[in-house]
Order: sequence, then structure tokens, then C-alpha cells
Amino acid sequence: MTDEPLLRGSALSKFYGSRVGCENVSFDLWPGEVLAVVGESGSGKTTLLNCLSTRLLPSSGTASYRMRDGQFRELYRMSEAERRFLMRTDWGFVHQNPADGLRMTVSAGANVGERLMAVGDRHYGKIRATAVDWLSRVEIDEDRIDDEPRAFSGGMRQRLQIARNLVTGPRLVFMDEPTGGLDVSVQARLLDLLRGLVTDLGLAAIVVTHDLAVARLLSQRMMVMKDGHVVESGLTDRVLDDPRAPYTQLLVSSILQV
Amino acid sequence: MTDIATYNFAYLDEQTKRMIRRAILKGIAIPGYQVPFASREMPMPYGWGTGGVQVTASIIGPDDVLKVIDQGADDTTNAVSIRAFFKKVAKVAVTTETAKASIIQTRHRVPEHPLTAGQVLVYQVPIPEPLRFLEPRETETRKMHALEEYGLMHVKLYEDIARHGRIATTYAYPVKVEGRYVMDPSPTPKFDNPKMHRSPALQLFGAGREKRIYAVPPFTDVVSLDFEDHPFEVQTFDQPCALCAAENVYLDEVILDDHGGHMFVCSDTDHCEKRRADGHRGHLAPETHLASEKMEPAQ
Repeated sequence: MTDEPLLRGSALSKFYGSRVGCENVSFDLWPGEVLAVVGESGSGKTTLLNCLSTRLLPSSGTASYRMRDGQFRELYRMSEAERRFLMRTDWGFVHQNPADGLRMTVSAGANVGERLMAVGDRHYGKIRATAVDWLSRVEIDEDRIDDEPRAFSGGMRQRLQIARNLVTGPRLVFMDEPTGGLDVSVQARLLDLLRGLVTDLGLAAIVVTHDLAVARLLSQRMMVMKDGHVVESGLTDRVLDDPRAPYTQLLVSSILQV
Repeated sequence: MTDIATYNFAYLDEQTKRMIRRAILKGIAIPGYQVPFASREMPMPYGWGTGGVQVTASIIGPDDVLKVIDQGADDTTNAVSIRAFFKKVAKVAVTTETAKASIIQTRHRVPEHPLTAGQVLVYQVPIPEPLRFLEPRETETRKMHALEEYGLMHVKLYEDIARHGRIATTYAYPVKVEGRYVMDPSPTPKFDNPKMHRSPALQLFGAGREKRIYAVPPFTDVVSLDFEDHPFEVQTFDQPCALCAAENVYLDEVILDDHGGHMFVCSDTDHCEKRRADGHRGHLAPETHLASEKMEPAQ
């Protein structure tokens, strides 16, 4: 691991009028590290994720990202063209609802190939070969390559969305409730797949989830949010096994046992 | 009509023409960029060439010679009506000969006869946005043009190859103008795309309903999008024109009877007539011009 973080957020705040989205959030994310942001709904975790991925501009605070050349760039000072380029090359964004992140009316192969074509790939055979490779890595049969995602199950759509995001070899992936809305067995396989991919590719990821089990499986570190503030952060195992903040203790003790 | 004063010259008022000319100039300055303009009500329905008519009305002068074609033909309703319209409101000379015209308003064809410097080709455009069917949001497509994000256009071509084994788009085939803007060449057959490349004539595109004008100045690069392993190619026909035996031209299929008889003839009627006048004969050409009832259907 290098001695410099990949993404650095400092004093990020987002207000919706007089309401607080998130307030004064600071953290460092290191290369290859998975950071989970947990909390109940309305706690500001998605607002934070949207600010970091530049889908929203924060009211105050800064975030800087270490580009491939090793230089830190302040995200909110970059031009829109640069941000969008970063978004489709070095970053990925996995939405909770796959329909938001996929083009539902074009084939699975084209969904995976779109990012390649967006960065200038103009060889059909190579694009298709890459698409086939990625579909197999996310456990989608090769003969489904020309089917539209509309014909896919929820779990397949989510896996396709992941393939579409990872095809350009990003270094940082944002995930918003990646396993939300999936039944438990599908969820387990998806988590398994994600864990494998994150380790194999050395991805850094920020995973927003309300599911502490997902956080425990995927992440090394976690931040617990409540009412827009970070109430506790630390190593995932430490936070879950020895919660210090009262709210975290409540959250951990609320997990249903079977 | 005794006097042209019943209408302003070329129907539109001078302020409107000024506004449209401004849009045209901006379009010429930024080849392929869609310039918004305040499209006016014209005495014809949208979809019949209101954009093209407004562009023509704004650039036409008393000395111009106008030709109007509809799918290559000078003698179909749309072409005849627009020609008559300008004859009435601008009292300009009209022609069907490509070489003699100074302004050619066209619906979906580029004439076969090569265009020359000084000629203006005015296209009627139904949907100017090449990304429209891939991205329905106008705010988003404008941003994609601004940031030159054209990956999506290739997604469409990818889909074509995945489904049909080749690029199956045959008309409104997307082009890149001067290495910058991706443009819809209006629903011309892709056969005509190479004619737009470095054409000596000025090409203007008017979309009345969508309120957009764009332009390709003379000698501008117009390159059809493709893949390295699936290069752009134009349609080919296995037989020549049945009337004038022309090859390497765009042909229309004409149904002759209800027993499956059909023939392929030039879509450009002016080109076909010229060739026949020069003595070229296709295999279905009548012996004389009056003997057309003797025509036999092709097999």
C-alpha cells in the first residue's frame, strides 16, 4: 500500500435549505480499501455518497482525489468534462436499483461495452470479447449477451451493472445499497462475487448500506452516521464487536438473530 | 396575382429572415452544431418541410434559380407545391435541372449530379438530434454534444452488428462533422453520405418543428461513424436502373402490377431523364416516350 490516501474528504457539509443532509464529515480512503457507511435511512449516507461522487455539490468542504499521475485534484474545482471523464473511466457507481445504472433497452453486451466505446474503443470484435469476458466474471451466461436487461432477474441486473462499471478498470467504486431488494441467497452470492472482485482488482470502494452484515462482509473500515453526523468510525470488526457510541450500540443490538 | 406586394418577398417578414440568417451564419461558423431558432408557422403542416422552406425563404433572392426534390423526384406533391410556393411569393425562376439551380431544397436525397461551388443544398430535417432515440432528455444530449461524449452513438452501431451481423442503419446514418460534432444528415440514405464529404456546395439543414438549424460549409469533412472491423459502406444494387441503365446510383423499387412485377429505377428523376435524353436505355425503357403501355414486368 502507498502512504497516501486515494480520496480525502474534509469537513464536507450539505444542507437542503435549513435541513442538514450531512455535516462536517472528514475521512481518508486508502487504495484497495473498502469503507462502509452505515446508518438508518435519512441519516445522510446517500447524500454523502452523492457529494463524493460529484453527483451533488456540497454546501461546504472539500474532497480531493489522487489521479493516476499521483497528483491530488480537488473534485469540486474540476470542470464538468473532467468529472464526467473520471466518472466513466477511473470510477464506478453501482446504484441500488439496477435500472438507474443500466440502459434497459440495449443488450447486455452493449451495456458492458458502452464505457469502452466512450473512451474511444472502435473495434467491435475486441469490445465484444471484453464483454463476454466480463459477463463470465459476474456469472452471466455468454448466450445472454444479446438479451436486454429487461429480460434479466434482479440479481442478474445487479451483476450486469457491476460488470458495466468495472470494465474500464476503475480504482474507486461507489456503491449505494448494492444488495438492497435482493433475496438472501442471491444477496449472498452477490456479496461473494463483490468480495472476490474487490480483492482481485485491488479496488477501493465506498459502500453505503443499512445492512450491518453487508458492511461486516465487505468492508475493512466503517463510519456510522446519524442525523447527518458521523457518530463513530473505525475498523469494522472493532465497531461491530465493541460499539462505543450509544447510537452504534443501539444499531448493533437491533440486528435480528435467527 | 398582379403584384408581389400581397406578400413580403419570399413570404417571411424581414425581421424573421434576419433572425434565421443569423442562425444560419452561426451554424456555418460551427459546422454540425444545432442552432436553435424561432421557427415560424408556415402555410403547411409540420413534417412537410417547414424548416427547409424557412431556410430557403431566408437565403433566396430574385436572381436565384430554385429546384425542389422530394425523395429525389421533382414531380411529387411536396416538391411541386414548394416550387409553386416560391414561384408565387418570390417570383424566382425554377428548374428541375440540378446543374442550373442555385438553391436546391431537398427532402432526403443528394442529387446524383455533382454539386458545384456556389450552389446551396437545403435539407428538410424531421429530427435533428442524432442521439434522440438513445437519450430522450434534451438537457442531457446538449451536454453530450458540448462535452463531445459520443460513446452512445457507437452503442447503437454495436447493437446493429450484434443483432444483424452488420451495421443495419441505412438512412439517417450518423456522421462526424469536421472532427467535432456528431450530426444527423437528415433521413437521407447512407448512400448519399460520401457526397456530403468535402462537397463544394454549402449544405444547410432546417428542422421546423424541432426549431433547429445546422450547416456544413463547403469542403468540410463529413465522416460516417463505424467500427475498425466493420467499416462504413454504402448500399449497392445488383442491377442498373431499368429505364436509363445507370449504375452506381441510388435506385427506388417501383411496383408495376399485382403479380409481383417490379423494377428498380433511379430515385433522382432529373438524372434519369438526362441520361435517357442522351440515348441511354435500360432493359425496361419504352421504345419511344409514348409507348409506355408496352412495358413488361421484370421477373
